[in-house]
Amino acid sequence: MKYVEEYRDAHLVRGVIDEIRRRVTRPWVLMEICGGQTHAIIRHGLDQLLPPEIELVHGPGCPVCVTPLELIDKALAIASQPGVIFASYGDMLRVPGSGRDLFSVRAAGGDVRVVYSPLDALKIAQQNPEKQVVFFAIGFETTAPANVMSVMQARAVGLKNYSILVSHVRVPPAMQAILSAPHNRVQGFLLAGHVCAVMGYWEYPSLAIQYGVPMAVTGFEPLDLTQGILQTVRMLEEGRVEVENAYPRLVTFEGNRPAQQMIGQVFQERDRKWRGIGMIPNSGWGLRADFDEFNAEKRFDVQQIQPEESPLCIAGLVLQGLKKPHECTAFGVQCTPETPLGATMVSSEGACAAYYRYKRSV
Amino acid sequence: MCLGVPGKIIEIYEQGGLLMGKIDFGGVAREVCLAYVPEAKIGDYAVVHVGFALNLLDEAEAQETLALLKEIGLFDEEFGAQTADANEEILTGGTVAGG
Repeated sequence: MKYVEEYRDAHLVRGVIDEIRRRVTRPWVLMEICGGQTHAIIRHGLDQLLPPEIELVHGPGCPVCVTPLELIDKALAIASQPGVIFASYGDMLRVPGSGRDLFSVRAAGGDVRVVYSPLDALKIAQQNPEKQVVFFAIGFETTAPANVMSVMQARAVGLKNYSILVSHVRVPPAMQAILSAPHNRVQGFLLAGHVCAVMGYWEYPSLAIQYGVPMAVTGFEPLDLTQGILQTVRMLEEGRVEVENAYPRLVTFEGNRPAQQMIGQVFQERDRKWRGIGMIPNSGWGLRADFDEFNAEKRFDVQQIQPEESPLCIAGLVLQGLKKPHECTAFGVQCTPETPLGATMVSSEGACAAYYRYKRSV
Repeated sequence: MCLGVPGKIIEIYEQGGLLMGKIDFGGVAREVCLAYVPEAKIGDYAVVHVGFALNLLDEAEAQETLALLKEIGLFDEEFGAQTADANEEILTGGTVAGG
């Protein structure tokens, strides 16, 4: 496939890794923010090809993993109600809430449906006017354009039975939280390429300068990832603190302006709690008051929920890059993709799931 | 979740007030919302995420990047920094090409 195969060329990847080896003179810790990149790195074994000086730690860029327990519990409460069709991206169905998941709601007779796009949820609402259709709108900046468009369309066509349960988070405040933590080890960042396809990378230079940490916008194929690592290592070795673009075929500095405008019309910034990490100020988006009629938290009474997290799970430390998945005592024992204790073992982007799937234990 | 797949736009039309299109992903065509790439033309490539084109791919930038990286590879061959054999094994073992 064009724009895929050429970025998996083993010969070119090897050339870039050799260049990294030539450039590196001392140890560096780099974080890839995006969980999709974590999976690609582990799947292709790129971390094992890098010189030993380069350590990759895995970031919190897995929306399924960081969606707070309270919201999962709210989803479970809404999905259990009669007359509701609850639509979600497939990844969310097995994420454990306080004691159960969406699959078990479905098994108990709830109408829980997996959709590929929020526009599919919208179609379900149009086809089932007697039901309330609720879409679980989770995600980072990449997914926001789709989720906000579903609300705009619902308003445009006058749909009264569609609402969204929003759990939207943003990358820059999470990076700020990681960088300002006293035990932070991250010295350079691979920025999430598809977040930047939407948002551009104008938000990052001030962050880079404030913390003295260079960053490279990075794509998802092996050649993209090694190129992002090379550019970050070059900056570190040369003492430059900049934000470079290693994914210019898709990402521009400004990003996708129409998408950013639409997000701004529908969402506003708000504090968000990140599962395993805690509250981060202004780290997410919620619906503007003008869109209350599409806000599932207003439409359904789900305010009084007391969540309970598994005491064994160390997902919070994994999401901050402080622990590797196999350092958890429950990893592969009490906690597997079939019986997950934390969301990082469920999601196709969770670091624990990547380590388990690719049998990584060192 | 942020995975995006590149594909070729083969049809553009309007539906319910939204700019939509068909995109070919290596032989499989899917309906995609093009509202955020109003400049799209048939034959352009876009990266698609949850049914929406996030951006168009820039062929000139793609070629420039590949040329630059090929140059790095050539430098490697001419000046012969030794590659660890293990690397070669992992890379040719199908994980990259087959991924």
